[in-house]
Parts: sequence; C-alpha cells; structure tokens
Amino acid sequence: MEGKKKKQEWRFSVANREALIGCGLAIFNFIWWYGFAYGLGSKPPEEYTYVMGFPAWIFYSLIFGTLVMFVVVILVVKFFLKDISLEDDDEDTKEDEVMKG
Amino acid sequence: MNWAVVTPLLIFLVVIFIIGMWSSRRLSEADGFLSDYFLGSREFGGLLLAMTMVATYGSASSFLGGPGAAYTIGFGWVLLAMTQLATGYFVLLILGKKFAIVARRYNAVTLIDFLKERYKSKTVVLLSAFSIIVFMFAAMAAQWVGGAYLIQSLTGISYIGSLFIFTISVLVYVTVGGFRAVVVTDAVQGVIMVVGTLVLLAAVIIAGGGLSNIFADLVAINPNLITPFGHDGSLTAAYVSSYWILVGVGVVALPQIAVRAMSYRNSTAMHRAIIIGTIVTGTIMLGMHLIGVFSRPVLPGVEVADQVIPLVALEVLPPWLAGVILSAPLAAIMSTVDSLLLLVSSSVVKDVYINYMKPKATDQQIKNVSMGVTGVIGIVAFILAISPPELLIYLNLFAFGGLESAFMWPLIMGLYWKYANKTGAIASMITGIGSYIAIHYYNQAYGDLFGVHTVTVPVFLSLIVFVVFSLIFKEEAYEFPTKNINKGA
Repeated sequence: MEGKKKKQEWRFSVANREALIGCGLAIFNFIWWYGFAYGLGSKPPEEYTYVMGFPAWIFYSLIFGTLVMFVVVILVVKFFLKDISLEDDDEDTKEDEVMKG
Repeated sequence: MNWAVVTPLLIFLVVIFIIGMWSSRRLSEADGFLSDYFLGSREFGGLLLAMTMVATYGSASSFLGGPGAAYTIGFGWVLLAMTQLATGYFVLLILGKKFAIVARRYNAVTLIDFLKERYKSKTVVLLSAFSIIVFMFAAMAAQWVGGAYLIQSLTGISYIGSLFIFTISVLVYVTVGGFRAVVVTDAVQGVIMVVGTLVLLAAVIIAGGGLSNIFADLVAINPNLITPFGHDGSLTAAYVSSYWILVGVGVVALPQIAVRAMSYRNSTAMHRAIIIGTIVTGTIMLGMHLIGVFSRPVLPGVEVADQVIPLVALEVLPPWLAGVILSAPLAAIMSTVDSLLLLVSSSVVKDVYINYMKPKATDQQIKNVSMGVTGVIGIVAFILAISPPELLIYLNLFAFGGLESAFMWPLIMGLYWKYANKTGAIASMITGIGSYIAIHYYNQAYGDLFGVHTVTVPVFLSLIVFVVFSLIFKEEAYEFPTKNINKGA
C-alpha cells in the first residue's frame, strides 16, 4: 500500500510540473505577442518599416511569433514532457480480481 | 444552382455519412454503449485527439465570423484572433495527465461526471447541467445560422431551406454515430480545414497582386487597417489582451474541449496532440484571418461580414476548387455542432436522467433516450435559428464566456487544490454565471467595464469567491482515490 501511494504521488507531481510548464509557455507566448505588436505597431502607419512584405509588427508578432511558438512547443514536448502510464497498475488489478475470485 | 461548386460539397457530405455509418457499426460491437457513444472508449491517438480538439473549437466564428470581422476591422482583429494559438498546447498541458488519470479512476465520461465525483454534490451537478444546456444552446444556434448561411450563399436556396438541409444532415449523422463518428470525421474535416486555408490564402494573395500591392491598397482604403488598433482606432491593448482569457487560456473550461482531454489513449498520444494541435490551430487561425483582411482590396464592398469567405473563394478560385475549399468551413461548423449536440444530450441523459430520474435504466432505454434527446435538441436549435441574430460570432463568444465563468475554477481547483470543496464550487459557479450575465448587459448598455471583454471580471471574481468559500467552510483536505472507484469497493 505504502509503495503504491508513493508511485501515485510521483505521477501526480509529473502532471503538476507539466501544468506549470503550460503556464510558462502561455506567459512566454503572451509577452512575445504583446511586446512586438504594441512595441513596433504603436507609431503612425506611415512610419512602419516592412519585413518580407509585411509591416514589422505584423511580421514579428503574428507570423514569426506563431512559428516561434511551433518550435518552442515541439522542443518542450520532446525534452520536458514525461511518458507515464495513465492506467493504474494492471498487475495489481489482476491480483485483486484473483483474490476476490 | 452552381453545380460546379455544389458537387464537391455533396461528395464531401456523402463521405462524412459513410464514415458515420462505419463508426456506428463499431459502436454496436463495443461493450459499453454509454462510454463509447459519449467518449469513444478512451482510445484516441495523437492525430485524432489533436484534430478533434481543433475541429471542435474551430467553428463558424473561426471560418466566417472571425475573418469577416478582420475584413472590416483590419489587422487589429488578426492580432486578437492569434490569442487562440494558446489553445493548441494550453488545454492539454493544464488538464494534462492528472485529469486523464483521475477521470479513469472516476469512470468519468463527461466533465460533469468529474465534478460530481470530486465534489459529491447534487447542487454542483444540477448547476453544471443547467449552464451547459443554456449556454450550449446559444453556441449551437450560432453554428446553425452559420451553416445555413454557407449553404445559402453556395446554392442560392432560401435561408429556411438551407437551414433545413443543414439540420437534417447533422441530426442523422450524430444520432447514428455518437462520439466516435464525430471524432473520426473531425480528423477528416481538420485536414480539409488546413489544406483549404493554405490554398485560399495563396489564391487571395495572388489575386491581390502580391503582398506589397495588398498593403498599399489597404493603406489607401484606411491606414488604420494595418495598425493594431482597428479601423476606427478603438481596439485598445487592454481589450485585445482580455481575449487571452476568453479564447486563449479560458478554453480549458469549455466542456466540449475538456471532455476530449480525457479521451486519449496514453501519454504519447497526448504529446503528439500538443504538437499537431498547436501547428494546426496556428495555421488555420493565422491563415483564415489573413485571408479576411487581404480580401478587403480584392473584393471591396461585402455587406454581410459572415459572407466574406464564401464570396472571396468564389471570386478567386475556379468553381470546383471553391466547392472543395468551402467544405472546410462546412466541416468546421458540422464538427462543432456534432460535439455540442452530443454534449447537451449527454448532460440531459447522463447527468439528469440516469443520475436522478432512472438510475437503473437498461442499455436499450439509455440508447433510445440518448437518440431521442439528441433529436429534440436539434429541432429546437433549428427553430431558434429561423430568425438569426446579426453577427453569429458574438452569440458564440457569449456562450464561451458563460461556460468559462461557470466551469473554470471548479475544474482547475478541483484538480490541483486539495482544499477545494463543494461550497467553494457552488459559490464560484453562481458568482461566475451571475456576474457574467449582469456584466454582459451592463457592457451592452454602457460600454465595456474597465475596457476589457465581459468574461474578464467574472473569471477573477469567481476565483476569489471559490477560495474564500472553500476556506470559510473548510473541509478535510481531499485525496484522490488511489484506484478505480468501482474496483475499490
């Protein structure tokens, strides 16, 4: 029983850590999106500089920003998320059933 | 009628029906009707999971209302729309593996099952079922209107006729196939949406004479269109940022999305779904809204915002291709409606009928009631959609905000805070829904409170109320059961 409890807490703490990673990603996403949009876009449109055909704020905040998020999400999934079982221990359940029978 | 456009659409509908039939054969073979009809037996892999989340979320407003607004308002609305990028990763990471593990132990099939077992309170269940039924109707009516508009602009049939065709297709499909049919076709529809978006974007840019031409034309029409502040300079940074709550992080609390976060097979499926979901959401949202703005110089003078996309597709593409591409918004609308319909009927059948009216119903009775309720709800939505409100995006967003105000904290705190209890949950739901409706009417009359979207204040209020009431009426710290609740007994 004691061992099982520890195992459960271990899986939940992985899940909790990943939820915090999700918050981190959203904060990063927000800062990038907000910073470039209002940092570069707040001047009058005549003074806009253009990057690859787009006004700079549109390019950096919307287009490049979206691509950056794609890459960051892929890296986070590959390197930070843990593969854990979502089922409870199968062998335990079988044992329970055998004992009941 | 323009047969070159209509034929690909008809082919699309037929294919979707065949998939529905095939899925329903699987349904009769599966052992638990309830869990399969409403949840597909928790066996979806990464691609299906990602696509079903995107397709459920990407609705009439992402394909018709949203780009239509971008057409009128300009890049300020594209900026606002990109707050939705977060939904691709945020929902699955926040609810995450903990929700999946706990839902399995609880044998939960819907969001309400989870809340019921976590808080063990009849009031919580009934409040939840009530808010789902009320707000989902608002959301569904919006989709019904969008679907009918789309069929109307393609075929030239009257609005009522189009609405009728749409209702029949959706109803046959959902009542027969259940959740599995919905998810499998979501995947097909998701692929169509991505490809359709990219093709249409390229065609619009070419028709507009390239990016530099388009931007020069936009500046000539109104320089404000290319600023973040909207065509009349009225979009403030605070207002746009508040959409991070409404359509970004708040999406976690939408029941139709949350139920998908318990339907996947294993953690590999979830990891893949995060990547695919983010890329697909980002591509569709950015692409469709860019198309909306770029259409302004290509096709000036469109009066009804919701018709921008169908009209521009017919303008810039050969007819047959326009037919194929426009099956993307139809796909989006159908897949959203399917899920909403299923969700409302699951609240009525599972959460009210089985819980409180007939706990010992047989499988056959449950099956009949499920299909009957689904049918009745569809017909009521049809009647509501007969005289449609002007802009369907606002109706849809109203429903979003209401559901988020109700479910956000009972779900998240229930999962991550052991002192969360039923008093807190009930108080938080009442505060959320009540203040949301009150502020909605206040904002309509006097302009936005604090300059932010209606949902912002209720979300913070309901959090405070949740914590305060949970602490005042403090209960013992909650421990999740260590194994399946049925096997433990």
